[in-house]
Amino acid sequence: MTVNLVVVSHSEKIADGAVELAVQMAPDVLILPAGGTDDGRIGTSLERVMAALEQAADANSDGTVILTDLGSAVMTAESALEFLADPSSVLLADAPLVEGLVAAAVAAQAGADSAGVKEAAEAVYRPPAAPQHAHQHRPPEAAGDFELINQAGMHARPAAKISGGLSGMDAEVTVNGADAASMTELMMLGAGKGTVLHVEASGPDAVKAVEYLRGLIGTSFGEP
Amino acid sequence: MGLDVNWALRWLALSADAMAEHREELIELDRPIGDSDHGENMDRGFKAVMVKLAEAPPETAGAALKLTAMTLMSKVGGAAGPLYGTAFLRAATALGDTADVDAATLAAAFQAARDGIVARGKAESGDKTMVDAWTPAVDAAAAAAGDSDVRKVLLAAAEAAEAGAVSTDPMLARKGRASYLGERSIGHRDPGAVSSALILRAAVGAAE
Repeated sequence: MTVNLVVVSHSEKIADGAVELAVQMAPDVLILPAGGTDDGRIGTSLERVMAALEQAADANSDGTVILTDLGSAVMTAESALEFLADPSSVLLADAPLVEGLVAAAVAAQAGADSAGVKEAAEAVYRPPAAPQHAHQHRPPEAAGDFELINQAGMHARPAAKISGGLSGMDAEVTVNGADAASMTELMMLGAGKGTVLHVEASGPDAVKAVEYLRGLIGTSFGEP
Repeated sequence: MGLDVNWALRWLALSADAMAEHREELIELDRPIGDSDHGENMDRGFKAVMVKLAEAPPETAGAALKLTAMTLMSKVGGAAGPLYGTAFLRAATALGDTADVDAATLAAAFQAARDGIVARGKAESGDKTMVDAWTPAVDAAAAAAGDSDVRKVLLAAAEAAEAGAVSTDPMLARKGRASYLGERSIGHRDPGAVSSALILRAAVGAAE
C-alpha cells in the first residue's frame, strides 16, 4: 500500500518526463502525469487532473499527493479539489516539481503516509536543518566508515536508496554530518567515487541502520 | 420578474460573441504584460462552452453556469481557466436550482464569484488583476439590489467593472505573469479585468 502521486504541469512533456524520472526510483508507486491541455497545448486541464485523481483514488485509498509547476497549475489542482467527493484524501505539495516529485516518490516507495510524502517533497528546498547538534552531545550508538566505490558516487539514486531504506528504521543517522533521512542533504555532500563516508547512528535501530548502509555502499548500490 | 435559464444561456452566448469580437484586443493588452494568449484562450474557452451547452442543454441558470465552469477550467489553459471556472462555479452554487433569480440572489452570486476568484488567485484589490473589475462590480450590484430590479443590478455591475478595468492602468502588477515586470507593468490595462467587464456587460445585454 503506497500513496499515489499526480503531476500537474503546463507541459505534457514535462509531466511525462518527471514521472519517467521518478518511477526509476520508486517502481512500486503509482505516479500519474496530468500535463498540458486536453488538445495537447501548453496549459493545464481540469479534466486531465480530475481523470488522474480519479484513477489514483480507484487504485487504492492511501491518499494522493499532487505536485505542480507554475501558478495556474496550482489553481487548476485546487479547482479539482473543489469537485472531488473526498478532497481530504488529496494533499497539494508546495515544492519544486522535479526535485519535489523525486523526494515524494522515494518517501511513498518507503511507505510514508500522505502527510509524510507531502513533507518529503516540501523539505527539498528548505535550508538543511541546523547541523546535528543533538548528535554532538551524545556519542553515536553505532558507526562505520565506508568508501564509495560506484562510478557516479552519491547521486540521486544512491541517495534515494539510503534515505528510503532508513525511513523504515527507528534511528537517527548522519553521513559525513548530513541527515541521512534527507535525500537532498545526501546529494549536497557532493561525494564522488573514493570518498569515505563516515556514518553515525543512534536510536533503537542504530546498528541495523549502519549495517544497512554498509551493505548498500559496499555493493556499490547495485550499480557500476 | 427575475432571470431564468434563458437569460443565462443568452449571457453565455453574448459572452462568447464578446470574446470572439475582442479577441485581438485582449491579445494586444496581454502582449506587453503577459504572454499574449488571453484573447485566444478566452475565445477558445467560450466556444467550447457553446458546444457543451448545445450538447446537453441545462435546465437552470445554475446548471448552465456550472457547465461553463467545468468547460472553462478544462479548455482555457492559462490562469484565466481556473479563475473564471471558479467564479462561475461559485456563482452556480449561489444560484442553486433557482428557476427565477431575483436581485438579491443575483448580487449574492456575483459576490460568490468574486470571492472564488480571490480565494483561487489570492489577489487583492489594487494588484492589477480581474479582482479590480469584480470588486467594484460586486459592491455596485449589492447597492443596486435594494430596488429589486435585476436589470439595475446587472447594469450597475457592468458599469462598475468597466470603470474598474480602466482603473488598472496606473497600477503596479503584484500578481500573475505581469508582476514579473514590476514598474514596467504601469500604464497597461489588465486584460483579465477587461474580459471580466466584457462578460458582465454581456449579462446586461442578455436581460434586454
